[in-house]
Order: sequence, then structure tokens, then C-alpha cells
Amino acid sequence: MEIVLAIAIMALGAVVLGASLGFASIKFKVEGDPLVDKIDAILPQTQCGQCGYPGCKPYAEAIAKGEEINKCPPGGAEGVQRLADLLGREVKPLDAEEKPKQIAIIDEQTCIGCTLCIQACPVDAIVGAAKQMHTIVAQLCTGCELCLPPCPVECIRMEPIAETIDNWKWKYPVVEIKPESAAASMKEAA
Amino acid sequence: MLMNLFKFKGGVKPPTNKTQSVGLPIAVAPIPSRLVVPLHQSIGGTPRPVVQVGDKVLKGQLIGEADGWISAAVHAPTSGTVIAVDMQVQPHPSGLDAMSVVIEPDGQDQWIDRQPFDYTNAAPEAVREYLQQSGVVGLGGAVFPTHGKLTPSKTVPMEELVINGAECEPFITCDDLLMRERAEEVVRGVGIFRDLLKPKKVLIGIEDNKPEAAEAMRAAVQAIGEDFEVVPVPTLYPAGGAKQLIRVLTGKEVPAAKRSTDLGVQCFNVATAYTAWRAIAHGEPVVSRLVTVTGNVHTPRNYEVLIGTPMDELLDLAQPNPDTDGIIMGGPMMGFLVPERSVPVVKATNCLIAHNERLFPPKAPEMPCIRCGSCARACPHELQPFEMYWFSRAKNFGKTQEYHIFDCIECGCCSFVCPSRIPLVQYFRFAKSEIWAREREKNAADGAKTRFEFKQFREEREKAEKAEKLAKAAAAQAAKKAAEAAAAAASENTGENAAPAGEPAAPASVAVDAEKAAKMATIQAAMERAKAQRAAAQPKNTETLSAAQQKDIDDIEARRQAALSSVPPAESGEKTE
Amino acid sequence: MSHYLFILVGAVLVNNVVLVKILGLCPFMGVSKKLETAYGMGAATTFVLTMATGASYIIDHFLLMPFGLEYLRTLSFIVTIAAIVQLTEMVIAKTSPALQQTLGIYLPLITTNCAVLGVPLLNIANRHNFVESLLFGAGSAVGFSLVLILFAGMRERIEGAEVPTYFRGVAIAMITAGLMALAFMGFAGLDKYQ
Repeated sequence: MEIVLAIAIMALGAVVLGASLGFASIKFKVEGDPLVDKIDAILPQTQCGQCGYPGCKPYAEAIAKGEEINKCPPGGAEGVQRLADLLGREVKPLDAEEKPKQIAIIDEQTCIGCTLCIQACPVDAIVGAAKQMHTIVAQLCTGCELCLPPCPVECIRMEPIAETIDNWKWKYPVVEIKPESAAASMKEAA
Repeated sequence: MLMNLFKFKGGVKPPTNKTQSVGLPIAVAPIPSRLVVPLHQSIGGTPRPVVQVGDKVLKGQLIGEADGWISAAVHAPTSGTVIAVDMQVQPHPSGLDAMSVVIEPDGQDQWIDRQPFDYTNAAPEAVREYLQQSGVVGLGGAVFPTHGKLTPSKTVPMEELVINGAECEPFITCDDLLMRERAEEVVRGVGIFRDLLKPKKVLIGIEDNKPEAAEAMRAAVQAIGEDFEVVPVPTLYPAGGAKQLIRVLTGKEVPAAKRSTDLGVQCFNVATAYTAWRAIAHGEPVVSRLVTVTGNVHTPRNYEVLIGTPMDELLDLAQPNPDTDGIIMGGPMMGFLVPERSVPVVKATNCLIAHNERLFPPKAPEMPCIRCGSCARACPHELQPFEMYWFSRAKNFGKTQEYHIFDCIECGCCSFVCPSRIPLVQYFRFAKSEIWAREREKNAADGAKTRFEFKQFREEREKAEKAEKLAKAAAAQAAKKAAEAAAAAASENTGENAAPAGEPAAPASVAVDAEKAAKMATIQAAMERAKAQRAAAQPKNTETLSAAQQKDIDDIEARRQAALSSVPPAESGEKTE
Repeated sequence: MSHYLFILVGAVLVNNVVLVKILGLCPFMGVSKKLETAYGMGAATTFVLTMATGASYIIDHFLLMPFGLEYLRTLSFIVTIAAIVQLTEMVIAKTSPALQQTLGIYLPLITTNCAVLGVPLLNIANRHNFVESLLFGAGSAVGFSLVLILFAGMRERIEGAEVPTYFRGVAIAMITAGLMALAFMGFAGLDKYQ
């Protein structure tokens, strides 16, 4: 008799809690995913597709669904760090090597004006017309390298952005005390 | 004469070291072997070079044209030949290069035709533009283009004009000597600023350790018959900071988000007033400035130096002692060691200090922060340097901004008083430049995103348009076929025997033909219209081209021709498809 | 009246649920890296814990005790807590998705936060009435949030400190937590006036 009572009471509790949770799930239904925008804001918007997705937004959506956060080489280790901070995930080393920031440069003598690179550029940073010389607007170039493969005459090259007085940064004042000789000797011992 | 002075919080009293260089009058430095004139000498846009290698220039001739409103022109400091327009090492802590015009002097020092500018009868806009063309910038060290500060606020009446003769930084005496020897011209320059801004009163603040300068200025004000007030202010670093001097003289505190004109105050350096007067009354653009040469030298002294003079040649005039191991540009608080001794003197160079280890002993190693709060007490901007330091160190830049790191004027008071010898200002500079870099990246990313999204939108639209066109073409094709079939059927019917079946078909085909003709007519009309439009369209913004723009266009055309001719058209045609 | 005050203050400071009773250490170490997340976790736990103490009192007194089913206490409490946590998560997901993401796994883990089960059981062990139970629950929750936020503030500062390499991260956090616990032992002196 007592066991039946116990089961009945537990069942009653289950029904009440289940009903309230069901009600809440309708009442607090989340529309869309505002998190994607926050992730998208951290991504560098090069639209380079190196992550395996066709742009930054799709990758942001994939991250929100649980994709790894270390697949964006242009964002660098710092980008991974910031994503990890936002999402409370573990920081992972970048899935590719980190390159210095670059921009594409068209060799104007070699360019034949085929417009293929203009179609490939995701951010409209190349100007030109059919059979006319093309050129890259340096300020708009994100360095995604997507214009390199379509060029039939290989007249596009990547160049690292040079340091000028305008973009020069003050360095971190503390020189980290790294006993290089000690590290070297340890390596030798090993 | 007695006036109620206010105080700013904080400040320090480093040894002033000014007496060494005030003993001798201002000397004119000889023309150096060559002049390297950087184009970017003021805040704002980089002027565009308007001379070419091989050009002969006269003293005062324009060599760099101001680019945008916040920018100031650059002029040849002496007559000679342009031997290069290229990248040269700059007097900048980075030691990087920037575009400069290198001039080999011919020794004649021959001026251009100098015309005084009648500013009393000119519109204020014209005066401002003239000052921009003359390259007048703030010579206190910030080198902000002066004409940009000469527009009074539209809503707030101008109360006080503050003229900064405080010169609070140790070692520097160029403003002191300027006021002693050329007070009259300074006062006349102040008169120009007064006429443009129309303030209720003009206050000339001079630190009380320069009584001779104050006396000379007072005499000059009286001689000219102006009502400017010369106010001695207590000697306390950084009383010469614009916001600090405004605070001391007027009691007004300029908030971070506002400009001083919003409070009815504006502040100029005495040397700026002097150069403004030279430009207006004598038609002389800014081609030289006073520079204090002091420190580890035999005869410290002030020189009137041509802009672009290599620093080592200038230093040699004062006979540096043999153990000199570097040159500090600016004072010991805010200055920096120049990357190379041969970098040029620029408009921002107010002082050169020969560096050696006796004058500036190497800093003992940095110790941990003990949170004594000395830096917060010394900060003239009432910031909390220890907090900003901690978060700059941890690279937590968001927090540094919460502690208002961008209000920091990098005066160096905190580093000066820190018992742990922490180079606080360096941390702040690091944090600031990191934040700026991030902002640039953020803006670039936002722009890229917008363009990417627009491109996607455009591609979608093009696809949709194409599909629509295809559908229309298919429909037209089908209609045509149907019409043809109907016409064929009708002709068959009418030709052989007038069957009743043909009757309704013929009117239908006629209707289709009429429709087609109408459509053709509209298409024709549209094409005509487009043609007319094309003929009517003229390239815009080409009527008022400046010479430089026209030259640019010609250059581009020439380059395009060269590029076209170098690629055989047959080859390009072959590969395009 | 002062009796209730003693319960509240005692739960917040003297018998602090984290540093004295050593309950709920998992979120204490896990979500204290940033001040913002600590605020969020503190608020979420406060809500859950207060609700849980009230709900478990009602279940215990009106469902279990009348039928002599005290042996089902742990089971039914856990079910109730799980439901409340689920509810909280839905609300947070709706109102603050970033907070939900930063709290991450720790939000559902409030279910297994031993403090949340421990406090209702302590209520029963101490024979608290309904108001006392609520006060004790709220006090414990406030105590939890207090030390969590203090600790997060300290950890944010430690980021900038010159900690020896091998002590960086969790190691120095453990040491800090230990020192904090020592400091909270000082509140035991308040007991004299009870």
C-alpha cells in the first residue's frame, strides 16, 4: 500500500514539474540566435573561407552550434582567445600557422584585364574593367588571398603590410626576463 | 593687476635646469649642409609634395600642399636645389621613415617675394586659410594646425584667450628667450588671434621663474597699447599643459569629451603667436623656429634654426662634450631619445638635450607596484595611474578605458614620483596604441563586412534579374512560335479554302503582330533615350581641377597608355576569354 | 526578530557556504575568472537556491512528512532543484544569451551544486520553519555570491601580477581561496553575541 502511495506522490510531483517546465519552454522560447552576431563581431571579416565555411557569418553560426573556435587564421591567437572568453571555452592553439597581415598587389604590367579577380574578391577591393588594367585598393584589401588562384597570368602577389609612423605601436615596456642561456643549456642537457 | 589664480591638482617640481641656457642671447644657426624637411609635421593629413627632384626652390617656397582642413603647408627653409623627395628617418621614437623633401642649400638664402597680408580687411576665413598656407602650427609641441583652433564656437561666447608662455618643462628656454627678445612681435601675434576670436579678455600666463620674460611682455603690451593681462603663474610642472594653464588662469576645467572652445576658452603658445605675426606682417611662412640646445654641451644656448637642419649639426654649434651618447628631443619629462643623431629639426622640436649618463643616470630596474598612490596624487588630470598601469600591464584594455586612459596627457608626473621606478607612461602609450590599432582593425572589419554583404546582395539581385530575363525571353519565344504557327495555319486556310476555322486565327495573329511592333517601338525609344543620356553625361567634378589633380590625372593616363602599349592586344584578347 | 537576523548574517558570513562549509567549490573555482560571469553566476545561484529552499520545505512538510515518506527526501529534492535550474536556464537563454554561453556548463551544473542540495537538507536538520528556511537559503546564496564576486575580483587582479610561472592559473587561485577562507574564519568571532 505504502509503495503505491510513494509512487503516486512522486508521479504527482513529476506531472506538476513537467507541466511547469513545458509552459516555460513555450513562454521563454528563444527566437533566432543573438549570439551569432557577437561571434561574428569578433571574427576579422576577411571572408577568406580558410575556416572551411563560405564566409565569416557561416563560421559564426557554426561556432554557435559547437564548431571549434581555432579555425580562423586571420583572427590569430588573439581572436581565439577572445572567442574563448566570450563562449567560456578552452583556448586552443590555432589550427594553422599565423601569418603577418598582408595585402594583395597586382602587377599592373602583367595584368591582362580578365576581371576574374574582381569576381573572386569578397569585399569589392579590386577595381578595373574588362581588358583594362586592374588594381587593388590597399585600404580595402583584407588579405584573404582569394584573388590569387583565379588569376590566369599570376600577376597578383601578397605583401606584408609595412610598418609606418601612422600604424606604429608602442611596444610593451617590460622585457620579459627569459634566461635564454639557461633554456639553451637545458635543451642541450635534454 | 592682482588676480585670483586657481590651482590644478597634482603636479611635480623637477629641477628646472633652465639657467644654463638663458645666459646668451638667441643666435641664428648657420645654413647646414643639407636640409631634410619632413612633409608630415603637424597633426592631420600629410601634405602632398609639389616639387620634384632637381627643382630650384627659394626660401619660403611651398613644397608641401596641405591635404584637408586639419593639415598645414610645408615650405622650403632656404633657397637651393631639391635633391630627393623620398623616405627619410624621422625624429620619432619609432625610428621609421616618412616622406621628406631633401634640399641642398645654395648658400644664398634667397627669399620668395614676401607680401604682407592685410588681415584687418580680410574675412576671418581668408585669414585662417592664409595661416594654413603659411604652415602656422602650435609650436608648444603638439603641432596642431593653428587655423583649426581659430574658429570660435557658434553657441558659446568666447570669454578668455589664454596665451601659454608657461614653459614648464625643465631645460627648455626657447619661449623664455623669445618673450625676452621679441616680445613686441609676440604681442602683435596675440592681437591677431584676439581679432579672430574676439574674447572678452586675453591672459598671458608665464611661470614665475621667468620674471624677465614677464617684464618684457608687460612692457610690450603697454607700448602697443593693448589690454592683455600678463599673469605670473606658480612654477609647477605641468602648468604649461593647455588644460592645466586654462585651469590655473580661469578656473575652468575642460571635460574629456569637450573642446576648450565649448567653455569659451582657447589657448595658444607664445611661439605660435610670433610665427602667426611673421606670416601676416612679413609674409614669411614658418621655415625656422627657436630651439634650446642644452644638456651635456659646453655652451648651452637658444638658436633660431631652419626646419630640416640635421640635429647633429645643430648640436655641434653648442660644442657637446665628448661623452655625449645621444640626443633627447623635447624635455626630460616628455621628450625621447632620437633614433639617429642626423634626424632633422621639425616644427615640434623645441629643445635638444645632449644626453650622457651623468645628466640622466640609467634607470634602476623596475620594482613591483606597492600601491602607495603617489602617482594618483601627482597626476594633474586626477586620474588613477596605478589602476591604469595594472590593467595595461595585464593587457586588459577595456578596463584601462574605464579608468579614462585617453585623458592621460603623458606628462610623466607619475613616472617621476613612482618610488618603484615604474615607467608608467610607457605602459599608457603601449595601451593607447594597442587600443587605436584595435579600433582601426575593427573599423576595417566592419567596412569589409558591409562590402561583403553588399556584394552578396548584388549577386543575388543579378541572379534574380537574369532568371527574370530568361523567363521573359522564353515566354517571348513561345509567343512568337505560337504566332508563327497560327499565321502559317491561317495562310494555309486562306490560300486553299476559306474554312471557318481560319477566321478567328487571323485576327489573333494580327493582334500579336501589333503587340510586337509596339514593343519594338518602345525598345527603340528606350535605346534612343539611353543614347541621348549617354551623350549628355559629362565627367563631373572636372571643371575646377587644381594643377596637382590635373597632373595626377595626366600621370594616370600616361601610365595607362604605357600599360596598354606594353601588352600586345592580340595576346590579351586571346586570354580574356 | 533578531533571531531571523542572526540566521541571515550567520549564513552569509559566519557559516559561509563556500569557505566554511566547503560546499559548491566547483562553480567557485570554475566561474570566477571574470567579474561579469561571477555576477551572473551569483545571481543565478541566489535565485535557484532561494527557490529550492522554499520548494523543498513545502514538499517536505506537505507531501513527504504527512505520508511518512522522509526516505524520499534526497530524490524529490534533486528532482525539484533540477526543474528549477531548467527554468532558470530558459529565462537566462531568453534574456542574456552571452551570459548563458559564459556560464556554459556551470549553469546546468547548478543542479549538482552541492550547496543547492546541502542547504535544504541543513534546513531540515536544523528544524527551521518556513521563514527560517527561506532566510537561511537566501543568506547562504548571498554568502556564495559574495565570496564568488570577491574572488573573481581578486583573480582579475592576479592576471596582472607577477606570479611565478608554476603558480599561474589554478594554483595561485587555490592559494588565494585558502587565504580567503582563513579570513572568513575571523567572522566566527561574531558567534559570541548570538
